[in-house]
Amino acid sequence: MTVLRHVGYMAMRDLRALWRQPWYIAVTLVQPVIWLLLFGELFKSVADLPGFSGSYIAYLAPGIVVMSALFSSGWSGMGTIEDIDRGVTDRLLVSPVRRSALIAGRVAQGAVVIVVQSVIMVGLALAVGASFPGGVLGVVVLVLVAALLGSAFGALSNSLALVTRQEESLIGAVTFLVLPLTFLSTALMRDDLLPGWMRTVADVNPVDWAIEAGRSAVGANPDWGLVVGNVALLTALLLACGALATTAFRSYQRSV
Amino acid sequence: MANAIEAEGLVKEYGEVRALDGLSFSVPEGMVFGLLGPNGAGKSTTVRILTTLSRADSGTARVAGHDVVSDPAAVRRAIGVVGQRSGVDREATGTENLHLQGQVHGLRGRELAARADGLLRQFGLADAAGRLVRTYSGGMQRRLDIAMALVHRPQVLFLDEPTTGLDPEVRAEMWREIERLAREEGLSILLTTHYLEEADRLAADLAIVDRGRVVAGGSPERLKAELRGDSIHVELAFAANGAVHAALEPLPGIRELVVDGASLHARADEGARAVPVVLGALEARGLDVASVTVSRPSLDDVYLRHAGRSFE
Repeated sequence: MTVLRHVGYMAMRDLRALWRQPWYIAVTLVQPVIWLLLFGELFKSVADLPGFSGSYIAYLAPGIVVMSALFSSGWSGMGTIEDIDRGVTDRLLVSPVRRSALIAGRVAQGAVVIVVQSVIMVGLALAVGASFPGGVLGVVVLVLVAALLGSAFGALSNSLALVTRQEESLIGAVTFLVLPLTFLSTALMRDDLLPGWMRTVADVNPVDWAIEAGRSAVGANPDWGLVVGNVALLTALLLACGALATTAFRSYQRSV
Repeated sequence: MANAIEAEGLVKEYGEVRALDGLSFSVPEGMVFGLLGPNGAGKSTTVRILTTLSRADSGTARVAGHDVVSDPAAVRRAIGVVGQRSGVDREATGTENLHLQGQVHGLRGRELAARADGLLRQFGLADAAGRLVRTYSGGMQRRLDIAMALVHRPQVLFLDEPTTGLDPEVRAEMWREIERLAREEGLSILLTTHYLEEADRLAADLAIVDRGRVVAGGSPERLKAELRGDSIHVELAFAANGAVHAALEPLPGIRELVVDGASLHARADEGARAVPVVLGALEARGLDVASVTVSRPSLDDVYLRHAGRSFE
């Protein structure tokens, strides 16, 4: 119980700080909208290819929701580096705060942001003409997988932050990861239209697990076996990244 | 009387560097105890070990009766820490900072609100309570730091170089605050500083730390009383180690000669009388003198005597 309460305190602190940066909020909301509209227009004729049915924007939307979750969670570690540099981490470590809450709180804050961001994007996709036959349940699953993937990636970002302790290195590592992870998935293009090797990579790409599950859930005939399987995989990934962050945190503590 | 802090034979190495080399001291309850030494002497490493932030390679330490290694949770509940770096959340208000700090210490609701308000008033921050800390002056941030360290009413307060980087006016204000805390709250305080004046003014007892060891201990008065006579400090135009020794050692009444580059320190029973003699002897050997000062013994002299070199 104490752990959960402490996670809440830490997440609230980050959310409050975020709330005070309206420009940052605006950019994190506008960027996915641009992706959605830009890619939606750019690749519009993709929907004419055999194998596609319905509008491209409806196909694209789950991909962009997951991609945005990935992008925004990648920066999660920046706050951790800033806290270390400013002495905030040390101050918390000499208090009885639960150690696990320091990272978990930041990841939880990221998850809240992803949920809000995803819901807004689903609404926007509906507004520009996409339809999600999977209904509310489907959308809930889409938001859930986006939050799971984002949390896992957020924990990974924090692990990198604790190891590198340099904002530049973290920016480099995150930029190196997010674009290939997005393009080596079915975010923009159907599975059966990808080159063979890319399909193989996509099968082990967690970003694709989230996109496939989310897209299936909002579609007309959800494949619940696939959805449950991928949610389980993403949950396992989140636990693994959480364990990695804990290890990184311990090694940080030992090094100071 | 029980001890608030007991450190015994602390050793800590960072790679090749031996930051602590068997450091021991104890702080009786209710006392302001100063750990005095230059930068790199091991003061901050000591504080990090005592506040459970890092672990000694060997040695033991107890804070408020709890072992820092076997029961760190109890230590953390009993201590307040003002670190060298501020540690306040600049993107939150003063009140929010205090509330978060209280919450992680298990305070809640009306009790927490009342405690936070009381501290904000006590530290003159009531008017700025709702402002982001980013907009605070250096002195205000430091006061908030102390308020945060006190929110859970700790038994032992650590102040790690609390006035470093503050301008003299704010420093004087901090000193009054620390004196008040010691007087009114009966806290045990461990103060680390590299300002001799600060240790002299605030600490009832001192340990002088050099290269990871305690080289002298006692009250500032006692430490200074151990030194007989006045302190003479001469700055030469250039360094001349051997010639200085040859010039001054034969002189009667000149003791404890220490030469450190172009500056030399010595003691004499009557400083004013010794000055012409010293200057004469130096000039007879062709050693040009840039400046000379005579003063009553200070903690700097105490440090010089025990560490074999000047403080700064």
